[in-house]
Amino acid sequence: MSDRVPVLKLGQVLLVSIQVDLEDQIVLDLQDDLAERIVATGATGVVIDITALEIVDSFVGRMLANTAAISRMLDAETVVVGMRPAVAITLVELGLSLGGVRTALTLEKGLALLERDRTARTGRP
Amino acid sequence: MTGPRVEGEQTVPIGSNDDVVRARQTVRTYAQQCGLSLVDQTKLVTAASELARNTLVYGGGGRMRCATVRNGARVGVHAVFEDSGPGIPDLDLALTDGWTSGGGLGLGLSGARRLVDEFELDSAPGAGTKVSVTKWAR
Repeated sequence: MSDRVPVLKLGQVLLVSIQVDLEDQIVLDLQDDLAERIVATGATGVVIDITALEIVDSFVGRMLANTAAISRMLDAETVVVGMRPAVAITLVELGLSLGGVRTALTLEKGLALLERDRTARTGRP
Repeated sequence: MTGPRVEGEQTVPIGSNDDVVRARQTVRTYAQQCGLSLVDQTKLVTAASELARNTLVYGGGGRMRCATVRNGARVGVHAVFEDSGPGIPDLDLALTDGWTSGGGLGLGLSGARRLVDEFELDSAPGAGTKVSVTKWAR
């Protein structure tokens, strides 16, 4: 399969919006693509928009946690935005509370969070 | 007294990652038709995704059978995941959070059990694995 989730660059941030029900290989490819793009672009933040995702199972949950950990090692912060209430309820019951993953309710709030973060780290706006 | 009646059964073969996607879409359609709440739909489809992946990864492929189930006035979704893979030697261990025989998180079986109303695991070494789940509309 050659399907890949597009990774967009917006200033210092890489933006991914997941729009389809993902097959496992595409999920793994996305994790690798993001790591490479962080290094290639020097991005300081990653936003993963899951507004369209009707479910997040342990496989996708693990990808989100891994991506957050990998990006942190590559000096970038990851924020997951747009999680549906039913998805949050299900994830917690499943046993995955995604402790290491930062979240924001909307894309706008996620970008603001990364911006605050960057200002705090670099000391300039 | 009559027991639960199963209607409109559909079989989805599970032999690839695409089939796992197809299995959860099938379960979602049944869940919507049965009038499950959005949260219950999400829980059931998530459980189905975990179980279908287990069938593929640990069972070496198999199939899912999905149907509507009626018991008196109650209606729900019944799904059965079957493979003829190596089977599970220790069922209690397999249902423990965090235990995995592969590279997963070990939440598939134990997590799926928490997300449904009824859960039955039937497996023995060399005899394959069968997991049946039911979620009732409230």
